[in-house]
Amino acid sequence: MIQLEHVTKTYPKASRPSLDEVSVGIEKGEFVFFIGPSGSGKSTIIKLLLHEVTPNRGRVHVNGRDVTAMRSWKIPAFRRQIGCVFQDFRLLPNRTAYENVAFALEVIGKTKAVARRVVPEVLELVGLGGKEHRYPHELSGGEQQRVAVARAFVNRPLILLADEPTGNLDPDTSIEIMRLLDRINRTGTTVVMVTHDSNIVNQMRRRVIEIESGRIVRDQARGVYG
Amino acid sequence: MRLKYVMSEVMVGLWRNVTMTVAMIITMAVSLTMLGASGLIYAQVKDMKAYYYDKIEVAIFLKPEITDDQRSSLEGSLKSDPLVREVIYESKDEAFKKFQTMFSDVPAVVDAVKPGQLPESFRVGLKNPEQYQQVREAYVGKDGVDQIIDQRNLLEKIFNILGSVQTMALVAASVMAIAALLLVGNTIQVAAYSKRREVAVMKLVGASNWFIQAPFVLEAVVAGILGAIIGFGALALGKVLLLDGSLSELTDLLTPLSWSKVLVMLPLMALAGTLVSSITAWVTLRFYLRV
Repeated sequence: MIQLEHVTKTYPKASRPSLDEVSVGIEKGEFVFFIGPSGSGKSTIIKLLLHEVTPNRGRVHVNGRDVTAMRSWKIPAFRRQIGCVFQDFRLLPNRTAYENVAFALEVIGKTKAVARRVVPEVLELVGLGGKEHRYPHELSGGEQQRVAVARAFVNRPLILLADEPTGNLDPDTSIEIMRLLDRINRTGTTVVMVTHDSNIVNQMRRRVIEIESGRIVRDQARGVYG
Repeated sequence: MRLKYVMSEVMVGLWRNVTMTVAMIITMAVSLTMLGASGLIYAQVKDMKAYYYDKIEVAIFLKPEITDDQRSSLEGSLKSDPLVREVIYESKDEAFKKFQTMFSDVPAVVDAVKPGQLPESFRVGLKNPEQYQQVREAYVGKDGVDQIIDQRNLLEKIFNILGSVQTMALVAASVMAIAALLLVGNTIQVAAYSKRREVAVMKLVGASNWFIQAPFVLEAVVAGILGAIIGFGALALGKVLLLDGSLSELTDLLTPLSWSKVLVMLPLMALAGTLVSSITAWVTLRFYLRV
C-alpha cells in the first residue's frame, strides 16, 4: 500500500537531511506508528505521502502509484484517497461540525443530498451525534479532533494519516481518539500515525517504526515506545 | 449548487476587501475608458480618411492673364491624365458665388471682395490622393498656372492631431493598466491570505485546483467587468456631453461619431478587462496557492 524506496529529503538551507535513505513498506490494513524525537524527520514522511514535499532522491509509492512522478494536476484526485488528521485539528472556525465535514464533500463535487445522508452517519460514528451544529469553539479539544477525524474519514479513504493527533489532548481524551482510529483501522483503512506519545504506543501494541536523525533505527511489529 | 457556492464566495470576497475592490474597479475603469477612447479615435480617423479622401481635390489656380489656348490645353492634358479622376472648371463668377455662400454669415468679408477678384481654377479629383506630388510636378511650371494647393494637407494636420491624441490615450491606458494589474495582484494576494485556512483544508481533502482558484479569479473578473461597464458609461457620457454637447461646433467638421461605434466598445472593453484581470489573478495564484 505504501512503499518508500531509499528516500532522501533535505530541506533547502538545512545542514543535514530530514530523511536519509529511508526504505519502508506498509501493507494494506496495517496500523503503523512512526516515533522519534522532535526534528527526527517523522513528520516529513506524512508530507511526502501527501505530496506536500517531494524527495530529493528515492521513490514514494502510495496505493500502487508513484507519488514522486505524479503530475501536479493529478494530486487533488490522489489526495481524495487519503484522509488526514493533525495536531491542530485544522477545522474552519466559522463553520459548524456538520459544515466542516460537509465541506470536504462539497469541495470535491458531492451534492448536498449526499452530504445530508453521509455526514450525520460519520459524526455518529465518531461519537458526536447531537453536536452537529456546534461551532469548533463550542467544542472541547477532543471533540474538535473527532470532527477532524470525521472529515478525514467521510470520503472512506484507503489511508488515514495522523500527524500527532493527540498532541494537544489530555491522556484520557487521547485514548478515546485512539479507540476511534482503531475502529477506523478495523474497517480496512491503513492508518499511519506520527507521535511521540509513549503511553499510546505502549497501549496499542502495533507496528512501531522509530526514526532518529532521519534514519530508521527500529521497525518492530507489536512494538512499544522503548 | 456549486455555482451558487462559487458566486457567494466571490461576493463575500469582493465585499470583505471593499476599499481594494473599489480601487481596483476605478483603475480598471479609467484604463478601459482610455482604451475605448483610443479605439474610437482610431475608427473615427479611418472613417474620416475614407470619407474625405474621396471628396478632396487639388486646386490648380490660374493666373489672371491666362489665355484661352493655355486654358484649353491645360484642361486637355488634365482630362487625359491617368492619375486624374475628374476635372471641374471653376470660373471667376463661380468662385465668387462659392465664396459668398461660404462666408454668408460674415458680410464684412463678402463686401470686401468683388466679383472677378477671385482666381479661376481647375478642381482636380485624383484617383489616389496619395499621388498628389506627381500631379503637382507635372503641372506646376505650365503656362498660366499660378498655384497648386492640395486640400489633403489641411486634413493631414487634423489627422495628426487626432493621431497624437490617440497615442496619448493609449499611453494613459497602458499606464493605468499596469496600476490595475498590480492592484488585482495585490487584491488576490490579500484574498488568498484571508482564506488561507479554507484553502489549506481544500487542498487537504483534494479539491481540484480550479475549484480552489475559481472564486479568486472570478473576483478579479467581476471587478474587471464592472470596470468595463463604468468605463463604457464614461465614454457614453463623453459623447453626450462633449462631442454632442459643448464641443459640437468642432465635431461638425469631423464625421459624426455614431452610437453603434460607441456600443462596439463595450464588449471590447469588457473582454480586455476580463482578460487582464483573470490572467493576472491566475498568475498571482500560481505563486500564492502552490499545490
